[in-house]
Amino acid sequence: METIKQAQVINWLEKTAHVIGENKDYLTKLDSDIGDADHGFNMERGFNKVLEKINELAASEDLQAVLKNTGMTLLSSIGGASGPLYGSFFLQAALPLEGKTELTVEDLANSFGKGVDGIKARGRASKGEKTMIDTLEPAIDALLLSVKNKDSIETALSNMLAAAEEGMKFTIDMIATKGRASYLGDRSIGHQDPGATSSFLILKTLKESIIQPNS
Amino acid sequence: MKKLINKIPDVITEQMQGMLAAHPEIEISLEPKYIKRASATRKGKVAIISGGGSGHEPMHGGFVGTGMLDAACPGEVFTSPTPDQMYECAKATQNEGGVLFLVKNYTGDIMNFEMAAEMLNAEGIQTQNIIIDDDVAVKDSLYTAGRRGVGTTVILEKIVGAAAEAGYDLNKCADLARKVNSRGRSMGMALTSCIVPAAGKPNFDIDEDEIEIGVGIHGEPGRKRISHTTADEITQMLTTAILEDKDYSRILREWSFSNNGWEEKELTSDAFKSGDQMIALVNGMGSTPISELYTVYRKLHEICSAKKITLARNLVGSYITALDMQGCSVTLVRADDEILKFWDAPVLTPGLRWGV
Repeated sequence: METIKQAQVINWLEKTAHVIGENKDYLTKLDSDIGDADHGFNMERGFNKVLEKINELAASEDLQAVLKNTGMTLLSSIGGASGPLYGSFFLQAALPLEGKTELTVEDLANSFGKGVDGIKARGRASKGEKTMIDTLEPAIDALLLSVKNKDSIETALSNMLAAAEEGMKFTIDMIATKGRASYLGDRSIGHQDPGATSSFLILKTLKESIIQPNS
Repeated sequence: MKKLINKIPDVITEQMQGMLAAHPEIEISLEPKYIKRASATRKGKVAIISGGGSGHEPMHGGFVGTGMLDAACPGEVFTSPTPDQMYECAKATQNEGGVLFLVKNYTGDIMNFEMAAEMLNAEGIQTQNIIIDDDVAVKDSLYTAGRRGVGTTVILEKIVGAAAEAGYDLNKCADLARKVNSRGRSMGMALTSCIVPAAGKPNFDIDEDEIEIGVGIHGEPGRKRISHTTADEITQMLTTAILEDKDYSRILREWSFSNNGWEEKELTSDAFKSGDQMIALVNGMGSTPISELYTVYRKLHEICSAKKITLARNLVGSYITALDMQGCSVTLVRADDEILKFWDAPVLTPGLRWGV
């Protein structure tokens, strides 16, 4: 397998909606510990909108259009801080994909790299502040390393997810300095960040949509 | 959970429909959601628009009408509205005088309003964002998202709305909004938590005999959790935090029309001092009897009089709420002639009306 196909990207978006739905209460519980207890509801509302549009998304071979449409949909339905952040991620991730109907590891790294840059610019945040960036940035770094090493897609996605999981878990010991959790100061330590967790779930679903278990 | 609701997903829509039925001074749009004033505005008038998560009523939708907001965008409960809402709302409301977004300082609100302002400016509709960050319970802005936007918002929306009605242009309205924000300070407290309908259970846990001093309007933690005490002692704590707050500087973002992008501006709130005259708001959090708010006002008045601070105007009631939370907040805005003139100007909205 050399590239990620359009159908797999669509499958990823569709599955993500289900995974977010299944984890709605978990995300909300994490958010109630250090935020305002709405992350699960908001993410579910946003990805349900993506699910409603899945046939429209699937009708486009152009992956730039698929990610752009996903970004606009999330932007107009999630609200709160996650809406602009995930909206920006997909809108920016679409930028390097002009004319692409399938993705190499390098395409994926470029696309997600732009996406994370979009989140950092919009949220004015960087790694180590107990946010989704703590999951996403190590994941992109792992993808870039895979590009350098000419890893297979399977290896690249596995390494990406391992880095993402490690980054997510690092947020437990961090003090939040961005968003509503920052009002807790030291009391934010000991809690895993809900945004870092939803980002991990999205990447985990990507891997599972492309690498079938036991394949 | 016992609440006067039908279906949880319909909470915001049905409240908007009720407001429309009750108040001929507003119009509503449901796709996307916004509330705008029904009366025509003068061509060239700045459109004053605010918005934020729902659950703080009457703010902001209840302040739409002549002499205050031209429109408001309600989000889901305690969740910022989205850029497409703000964009459509601004397009439907603006009348060739530009748009001023009044944005409370919460991470989500800031980002969504910034995206909307970028879209509007890109289309040639001049749009400025002024941030309100007046909650002294948050001490520093270096390691946090900064002070939250609370009670000063109500006073600021009234004053800037009146100025726009009187013919101030976009830059003058923005200057006035920035000035009012720099002169406002608030501090709140909670006797009980509040229940977001979709969550169905209290937003935070608080014991029967405990109170949270410095709470935010979504139940964010404040400065300290203490045993319940008298209204006088509570009022003393809130007022002292406001009056003893030192000069406060922070960096806020505004749109630069010359650079066509965001620029960071430092804004300093000078400490209050004796001789100042204030507009005072004693605000209920949603489930607080008015009688208790007047008990708080009594003590606030006593403390300020002793410090030779004049409460030139006042508002006592529930104007910026946190659903069904019991508790109150105190806001003081240092007034001058310009601020008092626009405070006294006529206003006709569902939530605030005088002089008409």
